Amino acid sequence: MTSLALGSRGGADDVGAAPGSTAPTATAAASTATAPTASASASAAAAAPATGGPGSVTLALADPDRPPRRPVPKSLRRLLGPALLVAIWQVGSSTGWIREDVLAGPWTVLHTGYSLAADGTLGDNLVISLRRVALGLALGVTVALVLALVSGLFQLGEDLVDAPVQILRAVPILGLVPLAIVWFGIGEEVKVFLVALGTAFPVYINTFAAIRGVDGRFVELAHTVRLGRLGLIRRVVLPGALPGFLVGLRFALTISWLILVVSEQINASSGIGYLMDQARTFGQTDIIVVGLAVYGILGLLSDALVRLLERRTLVWRRGLEAR
Amino acid sequence: MTTAPATTVPTPTATAPAAAAPAATAPQARAGDGASQPAVRVRGVRREFAGREVLAGIDLDIAAGEFVALLGRSGSGKSTLLRILAGLDSDATGQATVPERDAVVFQDPRLLPWARVLDNVQLGLRHRDARARATAALAEVGLGGRERAWPATLSGGEAQRAALARALVRSPGLLLLDEPFGALDALTRIRMHSLLRDLCRRHRPAVLLVTHDVDEAILLADRVAVLTDGRLSLDEPVRLGGARHRADPTFTALRARLLTELGVVDDEASEGDGHQAEYC
Repeated sequence: MTSLALGSRGGADDVGAAPGSTAPTATAAASTATAPTASASASAAAAAPATGGPGSVTLALADPDRPPRRPVPKSLRRLLGPALLVAIWQVGSSTGWIREDVLAGPWTVLHTGYSLAADGTLGDNLVISLRRVALGLALGVTVALVLALVSGLFQLGEDLVDAPVQILRAVPILGLVPLAIVWFGIGEEVKVFLVALGTAFPVYINTFAAIRGVDGRFVELAHTVRLGRLGLIRRVVLPGALPGFLVGLRFALTISWLILVVSEQINASSGIGYLMDQARTFGQTDIIVVGLAVYGILGLLSDALVRLLERRTLVWRRGLEAR
Repeated sequence: MTTAPATTVPTPTATAPAAAAPAATAPQARAGDGASQPAVRVRGVRREFAGREVLAGIDLDIAAGEFVALLGRSGSGKSTLLRILAGLDSDATGQATVPERDAVVFQDPRLLPWARVLDNVQLGLRHRDARARATAALAEVGLGGRERAWPATLSGGEAQRAALARALVRSPGLLLLDEPFGALDALTRIRMHSLLRDLCRRHRPAVLLVTHDVDEAILLADRVAVLTDGRLSLDEPVRLGGARHRADPTFTALRARLLTELGVVDDEASEGDGHQAEYC
């Protein structure tokens, strides 16, 4: 008589090695199971009566009387690491282990940030930086959308537009800085231009792919209900491509700050990047860190903005009955 | 391509048969309720895919208000014929005339996920009272009150009923059903059958139902046709009247004949003369 051992993991006794004896089948499981009922069969041929016949395994299930554990909220747990880091940073600065001219301490940074905000320096430069990003984004996203529509909807458009865009995409945007300065000088235009160029690519690529990725079955449906070309674009293609566009927009926002930082630190007389670059010449690490923090917050805010936009426009995805 | 004297019909639109010759109606065409000429008229329709001839000259008439079920094994080309009639296949040759207003229900509900149910139903409608019509159609299929729901929140049966409403709201002269209940569970399918029967009785469109479910075909259709090797190998009326039961001897006899025609040996019916029998 042979018996199958369920759940005998690990190299425990070979199943059915002892002819005629069926008891060893339970030992392999008993070595791993923690339930008290299973441990009774280690050597004795008579297994615990509560378990099934030979070759069966008792599963360790939860005790219904166990009091439920109240877990620490995830958001709180996620704050632990950053808080610890700031604490170490503060201790390091206070004890002189981290020198002030290498990295200002958190408290100093907070203090500097407050005074910069109070005297208006931070606000003024922030507005200038925001304006550059907004203009660049508006320009870049608009152009990218138009190009994506042209190449996504028309074969001729794809032939004319897509290949050049894919080639240009290979050029690192920041490599264009010298040329951009030659073209636009060092005024506002060059910064807006670079942001626009940098944001246009992700929006174009994602929107184009999304348009081409619209389910062909829906296009068929549009044909059977006689939607017409315009109706097809308006009711099927554009809504279908919206998620892809929003992905591109999210990339674009991240890139826009990246490009702004660099272009403001290379040639500018205002803006957050300029503030930081000026601080560098005087070794004011506290102002530099303030600038970094502002960039970080702006990045977070803009990402939250797109996610809000996604929630509002893609309600159908979550399957919620709005209202 | 075979060079038959056939004219290509890229999009078979409402052009009534140029030469209305009532004498030349095909034998299987039955005069509908007072209609002198069939709603659908298919002559010599051929279609090949990569050299394989899927449809090898189909002749088919469907009278106005007639319900025709088209059976065939998978890959037999039955869906291809339906797609040709829906104007979704521009590479077929031959002649096909269909009513100006047709509507298709696919196997998947094909509701636009980003449009609410009501907007899905009135998609492409240009009537001034499109909204009211769509609301009425939804109520008719039992989805009244779900107008503002998103398709993702509907069950499979509800979504297919919405698709049915989308088809009916167009008051089609021809309703094309491409295995519309194939993806539904058995219980939902039974309810959809009776709903479809009611709707067809009320609206009287010509119907072409493509299915591989023999029982479904016999339960619903006025006429059943079987597509084998690119031709209609069987085409006959279902003489069962209004209330149909699977236990009816006429039902079982027709069922057995259709299964044999489809090359299936049905152990349950013990009709053991399965010549050329072949499981698919």
